[in-house]
Amino acid sequence: MSGLFLVQLLNGVQLGVLLFLVAAGLTLVFGVMHFINLAHGVQYMLGAYLAASLGIWTGSFWLGLLLALPLSLAAGLLLEFLVFRHLYDRDHLSQVLATFGVILFLDEAVRALWGSAPLPVPQPEGLGSIVLMPGLLYPVYRLVIIGAGLGVGLLLWLLVERTRMGMLVRAGASNAPMVSALGVDIRRLFTIVFGFGAMLAGFGGALAGPVFAVVPRMGDTVLILAFVVIVIGGIGSIRGAFLAALLVGLVDTLGKAMLPDLLRLVLDAAPARQAGAALASMLVYLLMAGILAFRPAGLFGGVRA
Amino acid sequence: MAPLLELRGLSKSFGALAVTRGVSLAVAPGEIHAVIGPNGAGKTTLIHQISGTLRPDAGQVLFRGQDVTALDLPARARLGLARSFQITCIIPGFTALANVALAVQARSGSSFRFFRRAEAEEALNAPARAALERVGLGHRAGAVAGTLSHGEKRQLELAIALASAPSLLLLDEPLAGAGPEETARLVALLRALRGDYAILLVEHDMQAVFALADRISVLVYGQLIASGTPEEIRAHPEVRAAYLGEDELA
Amino acid sequence: MTALLRRQALPLALLLALALVPVLGVQDGFSLGLLARAMILGIAATSLSLLVGGAGLASLGHAAALGIGAYAVATLDLLGITEGAVVFPAAILAAALYALLTGLVSLRTGGVHFIMITLAFGQMVYFATSSLSALGGDDGYTLYGRTEFLGARLLEGRLPFHYLCLGLAAATWLFCSMLLESRFGRVLRAAKEEPMRVRALGLSPYPYRLVAMTIAGALAGLAGALMANAMEFVSPAILSWPRSADLLFMVILGGVGHLHGALLGALALVLAEEVLSHLWDHWRLLFGPLLILAVIFLRGGLAGLPALLAQKLVQTLDRRAR
Repeated sequence: MSGLFLVQLLNGVQLGVLLFLVAAGLTLVFGVMHFINLAHGVQYMLGAYLAASLGIWTGSFWLGLLLALPLSLAAGLLLEFLVFRHLYDRDHLSQVLATFGVILFLDEAVRALWGSAPLPVPQPEGLGSIVLMPGLLYPVYRLVIIGAGLGVGLLLWLLVERTRMGMLVRAGASNAPMVSALGVDIRRLFTIVFGFGAMLAGFGGALAGPVFAVVPRMGDTVLILAFVVIVIGGIGSIRGAFLAALLVGLVDTLGKAMLPDLLRLVLDAAPARQAGAALASMLVYLLMAGILAFRPAGLFGGVRA
Repeated sequence: MAPLLELRGLSKSFGALAVTRGVSLAVAPGEIHAVIGPNGAGKTTLIHQISGTLRPDAGQVLFRGQDVTALDLPARARLGLARSFQITCIIPGFTALANVALAVQARSGSSFRFFRRAEAEEALNAPARAALERVGLGHRAGAVAGTLSHGEKRQLELAIALASAPSLLLLDEPLAGAGPEETARLVALLRALRGDYAILLVEHDMQAVFALADRISVLVYGQLIASGTPEEIRAHPEVRAAYLGEDELA
Repeated sequence: MTALLRRQALPLALLLALALVPVLGVQDGFSLGLLARAMILGIAATSLSLLVGGAGLASLGHAAALGIGAYAVATLDLLGITEGAVVFPAAILAAALYALLTGLVSLRTGGVHFIMITLAFGQMVYFATSSLSALGGDDGYTLYGRTEFLGARLLEGRLPFHYLCLGLAAATWLFCSMLLESRFGRVLRAAKEEPMRVRALGLSPYPYRLVAMTIAGALAGLAGALMANAMEFVSPAILSWPRSADLLFMVILGGVGHLHGALLGALALVLAEEVLSHLWDHWRLLFGPLLILAVIFLRGGLAGLPALLAQKLVQTLDRRAR
């Protein structure tokens, strides 16, 4: 295996893990509440902005990251209280548009508060690079992202599969009236799941800050990739979201890195570069179309957790 | 006479639960064949497999001598299998007339016509009105279907089934939720249809079943335990056992 | 005819008002440009309304079909082809083909899947156009000139362009209304309300929905070709997914179930954006919450307002009389 390929592979996994952090909340919220939340992407952006600003303010990236978590949670709960809970019993179309309104507002709010230029992000202190192969350095922080994502994935799986709360979430997804009849406050359950999903997205954004640019509307692209992830994985399935996120992350990253070169085998350099770039950016969507053609409900559709 | 509908060894399980176990029965042209059985006997599941909304795990469904097991609901409907639903299934926003006219449209010619106003097509409306008259709903043709009373909706459902000019009517509890008066009217209506259509009827109202059916099959826990004329069924010891404590047969 | 007038009084009044605008003296390029943009988006929104209100298909990727129409104009322009008899059919066909191909996949699913998949396909087109360096990539492409018809520069003048857009908007509305009232539309509407009933009658909704998506795509392509001419410029921005959400909002704001509502919604949205963006740099801070409030409270849409107000009025008069 060439060193460059290994790096692309790791980058792909890293993108996949970040996508998973966003997609997990999205798929849980949809699975439990049948609520489609376009504003999930701006919660990712909010996490990145909060962590970066707090990192600058405290002088420590890690402290900023830590403080961003409860704030992301609070922002999610506030949005749920102000907007989302008025939409649970509306059709998906209304939910799409109202949450689109939230996106417009928060994107603009971020621009008004922080400006349109990318925000300088403090680099995580105390981590250097490690030597993957002779002559090949890789930032440790990127490995930390991968580790954190895997850890959250495992934690979520345990939560949903092994705890009373998770049992309620699974039951509430298939039969909300039944769970209500058991004496569980379904609204509170919704609120908790919502806040938790928002915090995960915020965590993803905070982690992504030092690697990607922190700019207004950074959540949009992630949101749509997260949609692709949960459609491929099967809506409502944590396991499906995890596997699909890794798949999408890898396909996107490797496609962008390698397709232009691959096409040079059959095309001239300039058209190969252009066609390769166009094709690479379409690759995950073609992947989605291909999977849906055979499994309309996604890889793990209909199968819970 | 060759049967119109024939089931051969139909079986279906949901996980470990076998809901249909080797059911075989035949419906002759023009006869009313009723399927009865206690709650949870698998009657609706059976209807779903006959109409094509559920695929059986094993066995065959033959319709007019043709094996239709692999066909889906629309394909079987096009062959002349019309069904009514246990829970009323009409287009609530359409008028009663438009509901029935849609059924006429579905069986006659193409629906890929883009410009003429469908509502003004007398070729669709005339048969639709006739079907509404036949079920006694002619005076409500212009009413929006969602605003009809429960009994009227059941009548409308029947009119829709009739308008698609089927050779077999699958009626899933057509009397469910109807009051005594509506029941009497619907029973009279079904009786009037006997001979014109073959009907497979799933129904809880034993009085109606015994008044209407030419043949009755008894389903218990997914299995047919008896099949015969109303008199034979009334006298059948196993049937009496299955319904022990329920005095509906008395 | 009088029945038609009474039933369609609102849309006809709306079209008449748009026809009278230049007659009443508003002829400056800015105002007419704004109206042209609103009418063009109105065409796209009407075609989306056919899907949403008629077939229950909430596509969140409709701007892609519009964008493909616009990019067809740009591509042909790059090749030196500006003949309308080629450009317009090409734009319409390209967008219809896109709608057909994505419909084949997305219609296999339903509900929220459909929303997400149409969104994803729309993004796919967005990224594809962004990487077309021959057409300027992200920066977009400026047309050499507007489309001609047999050498005549019909689209250059403000007034002809205004009336062309108006005529096409009216034709689109009429065409979609007729579709919905036809046998075909009856199947679509029935399948929206109760797909099981339709299937039990022997009609599979899939091919009808696919045809509806293709038609809607074709109309959006037409709108795209007009848009490219109106702006004399094409960039990926016109097909980014927020533009698809805008189109959906126009449909909802105008009122689902009223085809002319889409044109009304487009006018309202374009004018509101224009006014708000002049008042304040960060106008979206107002616009976002307005959108949310409109969705939560204005359920019947603008097209439903007159009926609602009339009803309120009658109620009030009744109470007075008693």
